[in-house]
Amino acid sequence: MSASRTEAPAAPAQAAPAAGVPRRPPGLAGTVLALMRKELLVELRTLESVPGMALFAVSTFVVFHFALKASAIAGNLAAGVLWVTLLFAAMLGVNRLFVADAEQGGFDGFLLAPVDRSAMLIAKAGSLLLYLIALELVAVPAFALMLLGPPIWPSLPWLIVALGLADLGLAVIGTFVAALAVRTRSRDLIGPLIALPLLVPIAIGASSITAPLLSAGQQAGPPARWLLLLGLYDLVFGLIAYAVFDFLLED
Amino acid sequence: MSSSSRLRHLSVASALALTGALALVFFYAPTEADQGFLQKIFYIHVPLAIVCLCGFVAGGLLAIQHLRTGDSRWDLRSYVAIHMSLIFGVGVLITGSIWAKGSWGHWWVWDSPTLVSFLIIFLLYATYQPLRFSIEDPERQSRYASVFAIAAGAFVPMNFVAVRLSTAYVHPRVLGDTSNLPGPMALTFLISLGAFALLFLTLCMYETAAKRARAKARALKRKLSADGASAAPMRRRSAEPALGSATAANAGGRG
Repeated sequence: MSASRTEAPAAPAQAAPAAGVPRRPPGLAGTVLALMRKELLVELRTLESVPGMALFAVSTFVVFHFALKASAIAGNLAAGVLWVTLLFAAMLGVNRLFVADAEQGGFDGFLLAPVDRSAMLIAKAGSLLLYLIALELVAVPAFALMLLGPPIWPSLPWLIVALGLADLGLAVIGTFVAALAVRTRSRDLIGPLIALPLLVPIAIGASSITAPLLSAGQQAGPPARWLLLLGLYDLVFGLIAYAVFDFLLED
Repeated sequence: MSSSSRLRHLSVASALALTGALALVFFYAPTEADQGFLQKIFYIHVPLAIVCLCGFVAGGLLAIQHLRTGDSRWDLRSYVAIHMSLIFGVGVLITGSIWAKGSWGHWWVWDSPTLVSFLIIFLLYATYQPLRFSIEDPERQSRYASVFAIAAGAFVPMNFVAVRLSTAYVHPRVLGDTSNLPGPMALTFLISLGAFALLFLTLCMYETAAKRARAKARALKRKLSADGASAAPMRRRSAEPALGSATAANAGGRG
């Protein structure tokens, strides 16, 4: 936000020499890149989302340690703890995803620009995906050090695949729900209430892949049907969000 | 006037169909060998669930129509379908719990993917009314509600697939599949399904008529108070869709 604010007065001066020539509006990729750049710049300058999410995840592991009275967990329990923590930490990022745009006029500026509206969905989902990856770079090592019984190294490649597929779905659904909830009066309540049921299939798929990976005896790899389920769910929900997202910005 | 006579005919038809279906359930359908009398709840629970899920999906389809045309009547239909499905959904969860208690000994079982996925869908749709209620601008409220209804309607079948994959056990096979039912049972089931569908339709029409009448009455009241010296009352904040006629009459009254 602050970036676009400071640039705003300079805009007429730049436009003045090319007054007669209408500037071609940027394409979808250009718009997405510009929006993502702004998003990441704001996050880098304010550090509003990612540090909070990471800190929340680590504190939740501490809480789980005391609530479960266990110092080393494995299998189903480990997968459940990891995914519940990641889902709730992601909720924190989802809740603030559009707040700055709604409160400080970012939506108005975007709607005035002659660009494709879907760029907003793609850029926000892309930013949320990067936030989630940053969150997991902290949370997964912390989980392996603090709570996980068996070593994490042998299962790491498949774990990364599961995390990636789940992150895609989280990013798409999170962006959709955040856009739906941000204009409501009780957005902090409505957002998670809508998001959690929609994320249940992702929780099912991700924890089913992760549970055997985190148990003591190593398996060859997760069954393909779970990867397929996660991938299909990401794809279908991505298409739905793409189809209806424009209607959320229409004013 | 024709709509009121149609409503009367529909109510009589659904009352007859329900009575007939219940009579068939208790006097015609044979008692199942394994579960005995308890199995009779199948003729109520399953049709309720099917009608309820179809109502959710129909709410999504009506919402697509609303977004395409921008006509607030489609929003009202979508709202009524989802509202009525929520009420039916409470019935599904209660009858399902009774059945689970009777046949498995627990009020709630996680082994049954159908029950669990129904609960997830019910929880998702339970946020429909709070979502509507917390958006004040009526136009935005209807638009956001339609977006929600479309996404949630598409979520219904996907969720069933996901939850069914996750559980090793499946529901007792009497559920949902009529091909392996003996003739009298299948007939009773289908008639019961038709009766509940008719009941759903009738209740939806009643709610739509009531909402229209209330909007009309509100518009008239506002007009009356605008003619008098007192200030026109504002629209109360609510989750109900605002009808085009009400706002149009309001604008006319003010202008």
